[in-house]
Amino acid sequence: MALIRGTPLVAGTAEGTALVLGQPLSFWGGLDPGTGRIIDARHPQHGETVTGRVLVMPAGRGSSSSTTVIAEAIRLGTAPAAILLARADVIIVVGVLAAADLYGRVVPVVKLPAADLDSIPAGARMDVRLDASIDVTAPA
Amino acid sequence: MTLLVRVAAITAADHFIDITCAHIDSCLWHGQAGLDFARRLAREGARVRVPTTLNVSSLDLLHPGLFRGDARTANSAKQLMDTYVGMGCRPTWTCAPYQLPRRPALGEHIAWAESNAIVFANSVLGARTDRYGDFIDICAALTGRVPYSGLHDPANRRGEMVFRTESLDPRLLAEDTLYPVLGHFIGRECGSAVPVITGLPPATGEDRLKALGAAAASSGAVAMFHAVGVTPEAPDLAAALQSGDAVVVRVDGAVLRSARDELSTAVEGPLIAISLGTPHLSFAEFQHLSALVEGVRFPDHIDVWASTGRDVLRSAREAGLLAPIEAAGVRIVTDTCTYITPILRKTDGIVMTDSAKWAWYAPGNLGVDVVFGSMAECIRSAAAGRIVRDDTLWR
Repeated sequence: MALIRGTPLVAGTAEGTALVLGQPLSFWGGLDPGTGRIIDARHPQHGETVTGRVLVMPAGRGSSSSTTVIAEAIRLGTAPAAILLARADVIIVVGVLAAADLYGRVVPVVKLPAADLDSIPAGARMDVRLDASIDVTAPA
Repeated sequence: MTLLVRVAAITAADHFIDITCAHIDSCLWHGQAGLDFARRLAREGARVRVPTTLNVSSLDLLHPGLFRGDARTANSAKQLMDTYVGMGCRPTWTCAPYQLPRRPALGEHIAWAESNAIVFANSVLGARTDRYGDFIDICAALTGRVPYSGLHDPANRRGEMVFRTESLDPRLLAEDTLYPVLGHFIGRECGSAVPVITGLPPATGEDRLKALGAAAASSGAVAMFHAVGVTPEAPDLAAALQSGDAVVVRVDGAVLRSARDELSTAVEGPLIAISLGTPHLSFAEFQHLSALVEGVRFPDHIDVWASTGRDVLRSAREAGLLAPIEAAGVRIVTDTCTYITPILRKTDGIVMTDSAKWAWYAPGNLGVDVVFGSMAECIRSAAAGRIVRDDTLWR
């Protein structure tokens, strides 16, 4: 088990298995908030479901509408349990903050040093704490 | 304001600045969360403090019969639109606010959402907007203030990667269709960095820069580019780089060929439709389209769609450009776009487009296959009833 420390962009706690994205994802055009599935046909994780997972991605990409899409996913309960990024992304954070305000559901968003983010193995068990430290347990 | 302060903290801004205008993306329907947020603001009596334009929505209010979705979604989408108009936003319904008469000037601080509008404002107009998204856009409009960070700060407008196009075939540089492909390649390569392009013709027009920026903001998170000798903050390479260093990428025919290939999900199959106007067709593009369709009549089984803003449409109509376009059978879409809302009659086949952005998003949004080509190739294909592309340019 490893402990990594990040910066909280939205503070909160969460547990889940890591869904490590090979490329940045635009939630708009890339995530169906109705199902939580990745619908970007060109994305390496196309077809995967983000619901309840700890989403590990280098950065957001593309559309301004990703804010509403992540808020809608949180409203519908299809969102990731937490989002870990190497670059702070206002478009994602604002959607998460608005959903927390409107629906009282907090999805933690943590910024990590790129090397720590890259070290997270796919499928690892993740425990995100309030102070943005994260326990990472590699899959057996 | 609470949201703006949170954003200021994340972006490490130490103060706020005034903006002169805003462009709102939040008016496009993606589900109840958008309406819940807008109503929360409206209930508190929110009114915009600066001139504020609205992006596309999910409905074409001028051609309401085009919407093929369910009535409940249409009703909710209309409520969302009405809520933003009720807060004092102008019902412009276009993703190309830079085509409206009053445009932000060089150095003006603005808050624009919609990725293609952001990249155009920063790059082509030299106005200053950060990469704003939904919700924060209306917060900026309501307060007239934004955190001083990101691309508001000249230091962050420094070019970080140089893309050299000097070795490209001049014939390719003279074609409209190069520019979305080049933008797609650049977005792929540079992510959210600020790219600098050298070697573009000094007279490269706004529609080519529009297509380039929209593509780079789709395949990457590009919010600003410099084109040396073309865009206002890049009189020369040193100015674009602010005398700093940058990685240099040589753009050759081979990488562009593969970028062009990447924009298509099929090579052959039944052609069902053409989609033009992403971002919204400009007046000049209507002139081009008008000339291309002269004397053409499309077969009934192929729908040719052209999306534009209602203001540009009015100008095109007044100038007499629409008569040949409508006579040929082109279907005009305003206020929205064919890849964000159910408008297409069929989705089981290939749609051809001249837009890298449409080609990038439509397969996921609509489930169609897509073939990318120039506007002329799109029109030729529609007339022929099958895909016709000229590959010789790209060899």
